[in-house]
Amino acid sequence: MEPVMAIAVGLMYAAAIYMMLRRSIVKLVIGLMLLSNAANLLIFTSAGMTRGAPPLIPPGAVVPDGIVADPLPQALILTAIVIAFGVLAFAVVLIHRAYNILRTDNLDQMKDTDT
Amino acid sequence: MQLAVLVIYLAALITPWLFVQHQHRTAYIMALVPAVLTIWFATHIPLVAGGEVLIHEYQWIPGLDISLTMVLDGLSLMFALLICGIGTLIVLYAGAYLKGNPAQNRFLVILLAFMGSMLGLVLADNLITLFVFWELTSITSYMLIGFNHQSAEARKAALQGLIVTVAGGLALLCGLVMLASIAGSYSIQEILGSSEALTEHPLFVGMLICLLLGAFTKSAQFPFHFWLPNAMAAPTPVSAYLHSATMVKAGIYLLARLQPELGESGLWTILLSSFGAMTMLTGAFMAVRSTDLKKLLAYSTIMALGTLTLLIGIGTETAMIAFAAYLLAHSLYKGALFMLAGIVDHEAGSRDVTLLGGLRKNLPLTAILVAVAALSLAGIPPLFGFVAKELLLESMLGGAFHSFIYVFVMVASIFVVTVASVIALRPFFGTFKAPKEKEKIHEPPIAMLAGPVVLVFLSLVAGIIPGTVGSWVTLPASTAVAGGVVEGYLALWHGLNLPLLLSGISIAVGLVLFKYWDAFRSRLQVLDPIIARGPERGYFWFMDAIVWVAEWQTRILQNGSMRNYLRTIVLVFVGLTGYTLLTRYQLHWNWDVNLYFHELVTVGILVAAAIAACITHSRLGSVAAMGAVGFSVALIFILFSAPDLGITQILVETLTVILLVLVLFRLPSFSNISTTRERIRDAIVALLVGVLIMFLIMITIDVQLFEPISGYMIENSYTLAHGRNIVNVILVDYRALDTLGEIFVLALAAMGVYAMIKFNPATSPGSNHYAGTLILGEKKLAEKDIIHSLEEIHQKMLEDQNIISAGAMKDRNDNDDDDEDDSPNSSYDEDRDHDDSQAAKRKAEEHDDDAENEDKEGKKS
Amino acid sequence: MMKPGTIILYTAARFLVPLQLLFSVFLLLRGHNEPGGGFIAGLVAAGAFTLYLFTFGSAVTRDLMRVDPRNLIGIGLFIGMLSVFPAVFQGQAFLTAQWWPIMLPGGTEIKLSTPLIFDIGVYLTVVGATMTMIIALTEAEER
Repeated sequence: MEPVMAIAVGLMYAAAIYMMLRRSIVKLVIGLMLLSNAANLLIFTSAGMTRGAPPLIPPGAVVPDGIVADPLPQALILTAIVIAFGVLAFAVVLIHRAYNILRTDNLDQMKDTDT
Repeated sequence: MQLAVLVIYLAALITPWLFVQHQHRTAYIMALVPAVLTIWFATHIPLVAGGEVLIHEYQWIPGLDISLTMVLDGLSLMFALLICGIGTLIVLYAGAYLKGNPAQNRFLVILLAFMGSMLGLVLADNLITLFVFWELTSITSYMLIGFNHQSAEARKAALQGLIVTVAGGLALLCGLVMLASIAGSYSIQEILGSSEALTEHPLFVGMLICLLLGAFTKSAQFPFHFWLPNAMAAPTPVSAYLHSATMVKAGIYLLARLQPELGESGLWTILLSSFGAMTMLTGAFMAVRSTDLKKLLAYSTIMALGTLTLLIGIGTETAMIAFAAYLLAHSLYKGALFMLAGIVDHEAGSRDVTLLGGLRKNLPLTAILVAVAALSLAGIPPLFGFVAKELLLESMLGGAFHSFIYVFVMVASIFVVTVASVIALRPFFGTFKAPKEKEKIHEPPIAMLAGPVVLVFLSLVAGIIPGTVGSWVTLPASTAVAGGVVEGYLALWHGLNLPLLLSGISIAVGLVLFKYWDAFRSRLQVLDPIIARGPERGYFWFMDAIVWVAEWQTRILQNGSMRNYLRTIVLVFVGLTGYTLLTRYQLHWNWDVNLYFHELVTVGILVAAAIAACITHSRLGSVAAMGAVGFSVALIFILFSAPDLGITQILVETLTVILLVLVLFRLPSFSNISTTRERIRDAIVALLVGVLIMFLIMITIDVQLFEPISGYMIENSYTLAHGRNIVNVILVDYRALDTLGEIFVLALAAMGVYAMIKFNPATSPGSNHYAGTLILGEKKLAEKDIIHSLEEIHQKMLEDQNIISAGAMKDRNDNDDDDEDDSPNSSYDEDRDHDDSQAAKRKAEEHDDDAENEDKEGKKS
Repeated sequence: MMKPGTIILYTAARFLVPLQLLFSVFLLLRGHNEPGGGFIAGLVAAGAFTLYLFTFGSAVTRDLMRVDPRNLIGIGLFIGMLSVFPAVFQGQAFLTAQWWPIMLPGGTEIKLSTPLIFDIGVYLTVVGATMTMIIALTEAEER
């Protein structure tokens, strides 16, 4: 599974970077969302992918039976998802406010306004 | 000893309160602190002279091997005595000198802080602690030199001193870290005796150069000497304290400290003696050219510092004895001379010797003190300066050196005699000359005279009983510098020998030169253009270069275009990571694909949706595509054993769609601005990143550098943390601190969103309609609403009709003409507040507008 | 853009929101042993309130929540910080988990612990942060 995921994550990164390099701020937001998803998947894939063995300890046991998926990257990604949401909300509102004040959605024109 | 340093800082802390009640008398109270410390240190003399080394241990950051341990041996004791002893006199002097100056309390605070730092510097055993105090002296000295901050010259001089010494400080830090890593310890006491391991290490040369850069800049060695004369812009107490007895000697102190460890090296000897000799000659030469009393003294200080460096470089036992003696002698007479120069300046109104003359009738005591101190400077018996000079000549003859060093030393001694005569005779003899009236010139208050009197008296006493002073104070210091017991003695009379002869010659020639001093000086003016090209030119050139480089790199790197930044960052990332991947690990591809059809479909949807989000032209399409991406990701999480992640992703995805619906559709639709060429370029950059990430994943899966730490977490999740969901246990127990940080980030993001929405004139007219920020309260608003004149009423009316602000808007982004075709845009903001239906209508218009905009932009490209 | 809800949405929201909130508390409490936990539970609760918000508007939702979501953030962070200190008083390192099992009369054991307190803090912060953002955005929209 990992080779396929590697290609998929690579493509997602490419898509995210491409969108972030566009001049339209709305596209920047889309790029940001793609990037956070891609980064989560990158961590998830790098840790190795395991089918059907969630990191849970069955009732009555002290350790999980057999090999389970690595819980640490999952914990990292879990917080990353929530924070990405917070950051996205911030970015979106920031962009909206910038647009309201500057009346442009072109990043290069926004640059010209601070000189 | 830690307490000693602390006491001085505490004294600095309470000075402002005392000052409120006692004004300039605060200085006299504060002088008690260093005075008591001097006595306290003096009680240690017998112990230390007996060869003991006192170590007071105190941990600071044990994890980094940084301690506040302090060591009192001969060298630090001598320095501590000088710092506290002269410090006492300087504080007294400053009390009188700056009487009536409203900033005197500030001066005392910084002076005491400097004193504490300097004391810490000479007592510290840990290299990092030493560095911290070193930098503290640089900073406090910056504030002291720039004390008269209204004067541009003082500010410039202060900044110059700071930049030179702090730049050297950076080099010193590098050198100290290298030293510690070679020697394996940050403690000076532990490094002692590991000189062989040091000198043979490949990093030795680099380390030595860094250390010397630090020491040379601090101690104003050639070619960094130029900041010291400029620093004479400081008030006289500062010059007398920092620039003669203490701060500039910090570099010398460091060299002396390191002499036992590094003295074996040939490079050390060569560098120190040649730079020392060069500095000595430069100082002496520049001193002869000067007419300002303080400049004369400053250059002769440079000469003395050069001599001290030279003596450390020579490194023989005699040289070590000479070093300690010379250092003591210099501190005593130079401190006195600076204070006396300050008195002359204070009373007669000038420091220029060509403008002064015949002051001995008005300032009899000052004249006598100057004369005695100058005798010591010139090295004439029975003063301590003579003892030191004899030793200097003796160790010079004892060292195996090129003859040019003899010449340098002789020329310097001759010039010094001349300088001493100028200082002692010109202002006080001959016909009366002074900018002030004769009747107004009188002896200063006792507090100002106390310092010079004590120091001159000590010079004299030390000269008469050099043996006692030697065995109590200077020989223990020499022992510390030499790293082993030094056998020797200090005496006034060494018998008829070569040093005495050379001494005599230098005095005679020096006096002759004094006779023709004015003529000599005017001859030397020929050299002015060459001197103007001295190292100080280099400093200014360097400062200009920094500004130029800053401008250049700002232009290149910080051009304000986010896309350029991003492209640069991404390409650097690809370059560095790609290089590491290629060189460290083989690129390999494990085609061991083991997957089910439904997984492949999920991944396929994910990729297709991501690409669709990129190429779609409608916002709705891209939001839908993003939803598909998010849910496929969630599905992947669930398929591959991460139920928590799957649930979280689905919930967040739902909220994200709500968020986008609320905000994104109020933004303009996608505009296609870029040309095809730009698109291809960006696509290539993006694909490069994609390919790199792909290989990165493939390699990280196979390479395992460390044992995963999650093993521990899995095993102990139930037994220790009582939880069966290991992911949650990690979040709230194992790594709860991370989670704590993360919820703070989330809270901050929420507050940011809230602030941006609520404190926005467009969306909340009630709150800060005009100011638009939280900080400017309602008061500001009320004031703005007050109308004072007819023009303002007119203005107000125009504003209400959105004519002015619309115009202002137009100025702000003139590129956006097409936006403003049908309606003034800023009215959008305010109308929205008043009239919902109108806003809705405008929104519809705007929508059209956007489409139009898109078309136009498209054509443009 | 928020139209008054349809009758179906109206009814659904009335029934779903309490259920969802209950479910979120359930997720929070079982989080230590089964999938769930503060983040997930917080998001579920936020989802419930958002549903309510879209049906009845921001003023009514504020009423329902009783607490200003901004205060909720503060309370959440405060509770999270509270869980840090018990270990310090026990002389252990900062944030070390403390467990206080309580036997209920029925024979069931409830484990009170600092991780649970911490998770409640996370829950409240997530609810507060999400609702602060969404309510603020809707209010800007409603004007």
